[in-house]
Amino acid sequence: MKTLPKQTSTPLLSAVKLTCIREERLLFDELSVEINAGDIVQVEGPNGSGKTSLLRILSGLSQPYDGQVHYKGQAIHRCREDFHENLLYFGHLAGVKGEMTAEENLDFNLALHGNKTDQSLAYLSKVNLSGFEDSLASHLSAGQHRRIALARLYQSHAPIWILDEPFTAIDKQGVASLEKLFTTHAQRGGCIILTTHQDLISIKPEQIKKITLDDSYDSAFD
Amino acid sequence: MWKWLHPYANPEVSYHLTNRLLPWLSAFSAIFLSIGLVWALLFAPADYQQGHSFRIFYIHVPAASLSMGIYVSMAIAAFSSLVWQLKLADASAAAMAPVGAAFTAIALITGAAWGKPMWGTWWIWDARLTSELILLFLYLGVIALHNAFEDKNLAGKAAGILTLVGVVNIPIIKYSVEWWNTLHQGSTVSKLGKPSMSLDMLWPFIFCFIGFSFLVALIICLRFRNEILARNSIRPWVRELVKKHNS
Amino acid sequence: MTLKTQSTQETEKLTAIIDDSVIKGLALEGDTLHNSELQNSELTSNAQSSAQLSYRHAFMLVLKRDLTIAMRHKDDIINPLLFFVIVITLFPLGIGPEAQTLSRIAPGIIWVAALLATLLSLDRLFKSDHLDGSLEQMLLSPHPIFVLVLAKIFAHWLITGLPIILIAPLLAVLLHLDENSYSALFLTLLLGTPVLSLLGAVGVALTVGIKKGGVLLSLLVLPLYIPVLIFATSAIDTAALGLPYSGQLAIIAALFFGSLTLAPFAVGAALKVSTN
Repeated sequence: MKTLPKQTSTPLLSAVKLTCIREERLLFDELSVEINAGDIVQVEGPNGSGKTSLLRILSGLSQPYDGQVHYKGQAIHRCREDFHENLLYFGHLAGVKGEMTAEENLDFNLALHGNKTDQSLAYLSKVNLSGFEDSLASHLSAGQHRRIALARLYQSHAPIWILDEPFTAIDKQGVASLEKLFTTHAQRGGCIILTTHQDLISIKPEQIKKITLDDSYDSAFD
Repeated sequence: MWKWLHPYANPEVSYHLTNRLLPWLSAFSAIFLSIGLVWALLFAPADYQQGHSFRIFYIHVPAASLSMGIYVSMAIAAFSSLVWQLKLADASAAAMAPVGAAFTAIALITGAAWGKPMWGTWWIWDARLTSELILLFLYLGVIALHNAFEDKNLAGKAAGILTLVGVVNIPIIKYSVEWWNTLHQGSTVSKLGKPSMSLDMLWPFIFCFIGFSFLVALIICLRFRNEILARNSIRPWVRELVKKHNS
Repeated sequence: MTLKTQSTQETEKLTAIIDDSVIKGLALEGDTLHNSELQNSELTSNAQSSAQLSYRHAFMLVLKRDLTIAMRHKDDIINPLLFFVIVITLFPLGIGPEAQTLSRIAPGIIWVAALLATLLSLDRLFKSDHLDGSLEQMLLSPHPIFVLVLAKIFAHWLITGLPIILIAPLLAVLLHLDENSYSALFLTLLLGTPVLSLLGAVGVALTVGIKKGGVLLSLLVLPLYIPVLIFATSAIDTAALGLPYSGQLAIIAALFFGSLTLAPFAVGAALKVSTN
């Protein structure tokens, strides 16, 4: 179990022999991955192959059936607060409250993760929501909710971004600016782990590392 | 690290262990129960006050104390599951819950049956009976929560947390119910309880108690074995086992 | 700079296939780039400077948010309260209006109605946060979970427990509660309703991920409420006789402090299971 990594620097985030079982289906078995600063990692696979499960396990939201996730060489449940300080997770659900305005939502989400809130108006305009700052989120569309949540990316100091389908309900222009943001984030020494149905346009394929999940285990145990 | 050191954290090892235990448990429970029950129901002297209806105690008291004991063992299993991540502890807690509920129900029914000739009514808000009733609710809550989750691992964890909350509350509930009982009824009602027993009543009682304990262990073992198989159905060793069984 | 896959079982297909060849090409360039960038990167420095918000700050943040939401959704406050009032008015109608009977059973009725009203309002504690994903974000925040949970429970008590305490004397008049008992009613509610919110939170946290968790919730939570019910009603009864009831009150206070220290951890553990 305890094989020391060969390179001198410990990876930012590493998965050690992760096994995930959902509804009595084996999604992946003994999956090991190392993610370093500067990596853009795309998780690929057909629907139901466990992409979301993998991201949730990497973020510490779900527990794997077996195996561990390490942050800078330490198991994440042993350094929960330190790890979460350095993590930004964006899931299927935007985490936006209908009873609060766009700005209040962003402010709360920023403050909750220990970020400054003084520039939230500027970030809202970056995701094309200027003019909507004071609208209650319940009056906004699902796509706008996702953009409120994504506005956090512009302020986040966390190096590790785990993004589950960040481009859903985002228009072409928005996708392009997000991709630019990803590239700068990677260059600043952050890492991005994401799933997406559409291909990344401006990020060159050789910059992207891929983890491919398949559902071979279904047939393997028939 | 603990789980690697501990061989019984391995489901396959535990499965074979239960297989080896089962014949012993069935033999012991059969021997003790048959001796104990025959002795208690046919040969032990009748109580001078309560007559033959006293004999139901030979079932009621073991059932009542086992119902409490099973909950505590469930809590211990839940604790080790949550702290040391022992998946098998979850399985054992899941195996115990319905058995505990059944014994609680037996204690309630036998208690009521004893109450009918003694008090002239099937139910009386006696402190012990009331605590036993609330214990039944706690058991049913754990079972219902376990069934509500589709994923067995999550179900085990959720039920484990509830069991631990319950086990902290049981002494408080028991104390409050006893206190409530004395407050409202005084000492007018003779309680279900431990009357001082003579030796020729005590021995069959001890046999019954040991017999029932082995019976509980046997049932839990059987259910535990099924839980292991159900939870590991995608593992190769289970598949081989099924193949062997079918051929 | 390498991503590795290891699958110990050679016979089975690899689950993860990583384009190692592509990465190797980039590795050299990438490494030098990152090392230089990292030193003056905002990421690390910012993470230090913004450091940890204090517990109090996190607590206030969540409390303020929950109260804001409740204030914009006033029926969440009013409905459980109306339920409380209606249940209590049903009893005289069902039992008969004799003052003596009513004053005899008034403590029990008020407390049972308070239990049910709390139970009804519990769902709001985590349900909507779970459905829109903000619960996930809270669990992923760098703050200890018990602080956030405590803030949410406190907000819940302010929204449901406090109004019940305020309106209870009025209903006690309707039920002809003995005049000596008013202070006892007030004090037991003041110490007892937080216990209801705390224990209830454990129940909701366990059932929040289940589709039809409402009925299950009552099965889980109501047995745990029994000690509070027993000691609170007995304190009120004792007060009606003009006797000291500080003993019962002390026990309820003990229940309060006990659940205050233990419940947030149970809630945190349960939420982790529910969002799994």
